[in-house]
Amino acid sequence: MWDWNFVWQIIPQLADGVVITIQATVLGTIIAMIAGLGLAIARRSRNKFIRYPFGFAAEFIRGTPLLVQLYFLFYILPDLGILLSPMVAGVIGLGVHYATYTAEVYRTGIDNVSKGQWEAAKAINLSTRQTWTQIIIPQAIPPMIPALANYFISMFKETPLLAAITVLELMNQARSVANYHYKYVEPMTMVGAFFLLVSVPSVIFLRRLEKRFAPKLR
Amino acid sequence: MEQWYGYIGLILDGAVVTAKITVLGCALALVAAFTAGLGRISRFWQLRWLATAYIEFFRGTSIFVQLFWAYFVLPLLGVPLSPLQAGVLALGLNVGAYGAEVVRGAILSVPREQYEGCKALNFTRIQELRHVILPQAFVLMLPTFGNNAIELLKGTAVVSLISLSDMTFQAQVVRAQTGSTAVPFLTILFLYFAYSTVISNSIKALERRLSRGLDVTKG
Repeated sequence: MWDWNFVWQIIPQLADGVVITIQATVLGTIIAMIAGLGLAIARRSRNKFIRYPFGFAAEFIRGTPLLVQLYFLFYILPDLGILLSPMVAGVIGLGVHYATYTAEVYRTGIDNVSKGQWEAAKAINLSTRQTWTQIIIPQAIPPMIPALANYFISMFKETPLLAAITVLELMNQARSVANYHYKYVEPMTMVGAFFLLVSVPSVIFLRRLEKRFAPKLR
Repeated sequence: MEQWYGYIGLILDGAVVTAKITVLGCALALVAAFTAGLGRISRFWQLRWLATAYIEFFRGTSIFVQLFWAYFVLPLLGVPLSPLQAGVLALGLNVGAYGAEVVRGAILSVPREQYEGCKALNFTRIQELRHVILPQAFVLMLPTFGNNAIELLKGTAVVSLISLSDMTFQAQVVRAQTGSTAVPFLTILFLYFAYSTVISNSIKALERRLSRGLDVTKG
């Protein structure tokens, strides 16, 4: 049933997939962090013509499946004359999808800084920039860290979706090996084991982060 | 124009399949969440251990891996599953693992006086849960359950990859037959969004209905 020789034989090919999976997660994380910040700022805008469209877009993206969004990016953009490699389309899709989640984290992080801090900053006559960089952001960031880390772990677990738009990440490599040898048990189980091997330590690390930063959250 | 009716029919067929998987998946997830969530706070370490193993396993591996494993590997181990069964099983158990933590958290956040009151009234543990703890805890669980249900709905798109003809699958069919991408995919994106709006609104309504007469602070 379980063939160790086969396991050793396919490890190099799966390792290629692991590299792509990790790249996609890292790039997606970077996009999600930056785009999420932009989105959070747009949703705090005083202009309702900025606030409402971005608010709706965020709700829409969060309420629809990432897979369909990936298809959409992958098939529609070429029609508009934008040619993206599957990997680039995939990373953008992941990043934008998770940006709608990170934006919420930024928002609650900022809203959780108590009103007194804003008033005190005003009282000692700090400029808007000083208020943000010296008072608000340093207090808002620590409680955000565990929440952000949580979403990046989720993103990592969603990278197998990129297989659907032909990115050769771990899941796709495992499927092609499985189809080629017509043996599913080993490759599928190995993929599962890999995810477990990364996720479980990250969750333990995450709980530590939560313990470290949570007391500061009011 | 004539042909579009046919294609819209295809997508609506898919919408029915998606709704079916979502409802069945949520039902399974609910059962799994309560079983594992109560297991986590059981007095017996064997149950606690079992529930923890289930939760960590399903939260630790990706839903796609679970789905493919259910579809490709289980038949080889002598458990043949139809795509629908594999999809409902994987989605239900996956979301159930997330829900279990919600159940546990909500039960633990019911104030201690409630437990003490039950003890004073000489309730058995079952009575305590059934009449006092769960009615209060359930209201606390609802908002997160709503989010979990939407995650499940979004997860159903993946079953198209194991050849189940849900909305996403039908959109691919339409795309292959018409060469148009924007129309079918925009249609299903809006349908998915409509579904998640329905889910979140009904959860909100249910929350209002159930919190009537309860002294539960929201949040």
